[in-house]
Formats: sequence, C-alpha cells, structure tokens
Amino acid sequence: MPPELVERQARPARAAALWGKLHGFGPIAGLVLLCIAGTLLNGDFATVGNAMNVLQRTAFIGIIAVGMCFVIISGGIDLSVGSMAALIAGCMILVMNKVAGSIGSPVAVIAIGMLLALLLGALFGLAHGLLITKGRIEPFIVTLGTLGIFRAYLTYFADGGAITLDNALADVYSPVYYGSLLGIPFPVWVLVLVALLGALVLNRTAYGRYVQAIGSNEQVARYAAVAVDRVKIMTYMLLGLCVGVATVLYVPRLGSASPTTGILWELEAIAAVIVGGTALKGGAGSITGTVVGAVLLSVISNILNLTSIISVYLNAAVQGFVIIIVAFLQRGRR
Amino acid sequence: MTQSTRRLVLGATAAAVVLLAAPAWAQAKKEVLGVSMPAATHSFMAGAVYWANEAKKDLEKAHPGMQVIVKTAANASEQASQLQDLVTVNKITSLVVFPFESAALTKPVAQVKSKGVYVTVVDRGLTDPSIQDAYVAGDNTAFGKIPAEYIAKSLNGKGNIVALRGIPTTLDNERMDAFNAVMKGYPDIKLLDAKHGNWNRDDAFKVMQDYLTRFKDIDAVWAADDDMAVGVLKAIEQSKRKDIKLVFGGAGAKGAIKTLMDGSDPLIQANVSYSPKFMYDAIKMTGEARLKGEKLPANNIIPSVLITKQNAKDFYFPNSPF
Repeated sequence: MPPELVERQARPARAAALWGKLHGFGPIAGLVLLCIAGTLLNGDFATVGNAMNVLQRTAFIGIIAVGMCFVIISGGIDLSVGSMAALIAGCMILVMNKVAGSIGSPVAVIAIGMLLALLLGALFGLAHGLLITKGRIEPFIVTLGTLGIFRAYLTYFADGGAITLDNALADVYSPVYYGSLLGIPFPVWVLVLVALLGALVLNRTAYGRYVQAIGSNEQVARYAAVAVDRVKIMTYMLLGLCVGVATVLYVPRLGSASPTTGILWELEAIAAVIVGGTALKGGAGSITGTVVGAVLLSVISNILNLTSIISVYLNAAVQGFVIIIVAFLQRGRR
Repeated sequence: MTQSTRRLVLGATAAAVVLLAAPAWAQAKKEVLGVSMPAATHSFMAGAVYWANEAKKDLEKAHPGMQVIVKTAANASEQASQLQDLVTVNKITSLVVFPFESAALTKPVAQVKSKGVYVTVVDRGLTDPSIQDAYVAGDNTAFGKIPAEYIAKSLNGKGNIVALRGIPTTLDNERMDAFNAVMKGYPDIKLLDAKHGNWNRDDAFKVMQDYLTRFKDIDAVWAADDDMAVGVLKAIEQSKRKDIKLVFGGAGAKGAIKTLMDGSDPLIQANVSYSPKFMYDAIKMTGEARLKGEKLPANNIIPSVLITKQNAKDFYFPNSPF
C-alpha cells in the first residue's frame, strides 16, 4: 500500500478517535462556555465569593447526584430523593428539638441528629432496594410511590407549615453550612470528598465493576456469578446515605424544613448525572462528569440571577436549552 | 296551688317547650355547607386549612342544624372530583370554594351552581365571575402598596431596593404593579431588580445571594412574603453586609409576627397582613347568611393593613401552623 493511501485511511479513524475523546468533554466544554458568557455578562461572576456561593449551593445536588450516578449506572432510577431529603430534614429537626431538653450539650444533640439522618437515608435506601430486587417491582414505580409517601409524612409532621430548629441549636449548627476551611466552605469540602470516594469505589473496586456490569447486561452479570440483588440493594443504600449527608448540610442553612423543601431535587440530580455523560440506560458513567453537570446546572441559574436581559418567565427555558445543548455535545454515547 | 304559682308553672312549661323545640326546628331545616380548597402543601395554605377547620368547629357549635364538610385537594382535577362528590354524595346546599386554578375550576363550579347550590368563591377568582354568588379575598393591591409606602418613607424617599416575587401568577403581578405604582412617586428610589423567589425559602436564599454579589449597595429588600424573608435574612447574615437597613416580608406568618413583637431582628420593622384567616371569614359569613336566608355582598375584600410592633399582638395566632 502506498504511504499516502495509509495516511488517507488513517485520517478519518484518527478524527473519529479525537471526536470520541471530545464526547467526554461535553460537560466541561459547556461549563467553560457558560463561565465565559457569565463573565462577559457580569464582572462579578468571576469573583471568588460568587464561585464559592455557587459551589456551596451545588453541594446538596452534587452529593445526591454522586449516589444517583451509581443507581443509574446499575440500570435503576430513584425519583424520591427530593422528598426523602425533606422528610429526613424534618425528622432530624423534630428529634433534635426533642432531645435538646434532656441532653445538655448542643454538640451531642446535633451529632445525634446527623447520625439519625445517615441512618434514615440508609434505611430508606434499603427499603427501595428490597422492594426492587426481592419484590420485583420496577424502580420507577417503587420510588414514584415513596416520592408521595415521604413528602406526605413530612407535610403531616409539619401540619402543613414549617418545622423549625430551636434557635440555640441552630446557632451551634450553622457553621456546618456557613463555616469554611482554608477559605473553602465545608459543604464544598464534603462534596469533593464524596465525589473522590465515589470515583474510587466506581473505578477501583470490584463492587464498582459489578455495578457497571449489571447496568450493561444484567443476565450476563448473573451468569458471571455476580450477586446482582445484593449489589443493587447496595446502590440504593449508597444513594440513601448520600441523601442523608446532603440533608446534614442542608438543615443548618435555613434551620427549617417545610413541604416545599427539596422539590424537584430528584430531577436536578438526574439531570446532573445525564448532562455529565452517564447513559440513562445504564452500563457506564462518570463521577467527574456528574459533579461537573451539577455545577453546570447551578451556574445557569446563578448567571440568570446576575443578569436581567432575559424575561424572568423564561429562566426555566434557558435551563432546558442548556441541558439539551450539552447533551447534544456528547451524543453517540447512548 | 295558688293562681299565680299555677300561672308561673304553666309559663315555665311553655317556655321549656319552646326552648326544647327550637333546636329541633333548626334540625329539620338542615344546612350542609361544603368547603373545597387546596391541600396544605405550604405554610400559607396550611394556615388556610387550619382556619377552615376552626370555622367548621365554631359554626357547627353555634348552629346545631348545620353541617360543614371540609375537603382538601392536591391538584385541580382532584378538586373537580371532590366538587362532584360534595353535590351528589353530601348533598350540599352551599359551597365555599378556594379554586386551585381559576380557569380549570370554572366549569366544575358552574356545574355545582347549576344544581342550585349557593357559591362563595375565595381568593383566586373564576374566569367567569357571573357563576359566583359572592367573592371573598385578601387585598393584593394593598399587599404591594403598603410595603412600598413603608419602605419609601423609611428611606426618606432615596435609596436602592431589590424585590423578590412569588410564583409567576396574576396575583403576583397585581402585587408587583401596586408596588411599582407607589414607587413612581419616588424618583430617587431605584428598584434594582425583581426576580422570582417562588414563595420558597431556598429559592429566595439563592436569589438574595446573587443580588448581594451583583449590587454593592442595597438599602432595603421587599421580600414580598414571610417565607422568602427567612431565606433573604440568612443570605444577608452570611454575607455580613451592613448596608441593608430593612427587609419587608408580608402576610403575617406567626414567626415573623413573633420577631416583630420581640423586636429580635433590627431588619424586620413591619409587616403587612394577608391572613389565611379570610378562609374562616368566608365560611362563617356564608354559613350565617344562608341560615338567615340572606345573601352576601357580591365582593368582600378583607383589608390588608400595616403591622408594626404596636399592633403585632392582634395578628399573632400561635396555634395556627402559619
């Protein structure tokens, strides 16, 4: 074969490989473009203070999205996370207010509240996992059911109003959200930690490989002697734990939970995972992409708040357009 | 027995007969009042549901012949089904309805009306007002006007303000228009921006954080709702900014009224009433008018008034969830 012919055949292959690599950069490219647009529209966008605000408020969705990433990679879905976060927040506040009377140290009271949040998250996740695997009900249906159940119980406990943390406790608790280490707010540290752990588990452990194997072909995974049910249950428990962690950070922000807490968080978390390049049908995905996706979603609303060029009625439309464009940038993966 | 004592006994017996018979007569003329409203999914509606149940308690106690049925719905179509049930199953004679959505509930309420039921509409009107016998609502114009006047006065007619709006609705537009109309008279007051905080604490927190990033000098905030004020105050606290002198919420939630009474937050100096108690008033007025066979005035606007530290205790209802 003459050399120029080899060259000609190799070029499209190389271009395809390059394009393939670019797919993974969709969310990052989208985020960079958005940040440039934000800086052009308002000089205050590119300040450290604003960046910290955005990252700090991304923490809840980001942490939940890391857990959601596992569930989606395994081929499942969880629609209940917003309601679950709201119910956990409500229970936490009720219990903390109650035990504050008998336990003198507010730090101990808050520690009890945090433990309860993690425990409840894991328990709710376990219930989901059992219903889905042993009960053989579609994840969509199970979590659609609990979405209603969790929020209804919160509304019932709150009597339709708001459940509010005692002032003294709220003062002690508030640094967990508002405090910072080395100039970076705690919630951002926790998000980074959760993301690193998530990436480690997904890419470097047998469990992570099982999750991906089940998502790409459950039957084959079964034949390969993977304990499919146990792995699946664990993904839902992992997500529940993530919701618990997010709630621990959420409660000190406003010191209250109400029936509007966490509304549509499930869709934001799922959007973050999908925008981040994970296929909705499962099989493969990335934690980095997920976190970038979550940040991207917050940046859009931040930019819209920092400018007033678009009618306020169109905010949701702008968010929709950006989500679709970013997903378009990495099509072909699913 | 003397003549006079005999007469006394007779009179007492007659009085007793009349007294005993009165409730029985009332019982015979049974009045069934149906109440249909959105479910308590946020604090304001929780307050409205609370007041509806208070009205039921008070009316049924005062008038033994009266039955009040309170139904709450999670969405417009559920409310439409409940309206059907109220007519066919409960055989209501009058209805107090707080429509989930104006357009969607107009036909279902018209159906109820066509069965001869007396209809009082509360808060959100129907698209065809000719269906209702009476209308009871809070004063949305005053809800925007009173804060605007208070803010303008306390800034001495000069300064920068930001506003947070509710969920995009006609009710929200009415309030915003009233606010802007007052501010027209104060050319030195600059409304920097008005974004939607959706009557939600979390959304208001984010919107306020971004206002604080964007505007270096803000004198006052019109939070337009006490729930949103909670998020606004947290964002200000976190930013440690000292330029903001006033945060005006609205609707008189019990937490906000308590803060006002105690004077515990220097940024909170006043509030405007828009109490979910209008639900109580609407039910009680309708029930009592119907028992007497009277009609309500066509339009009943429950006035919104300025609440300050002096009159705050008149607006404090610690048992209400709102």
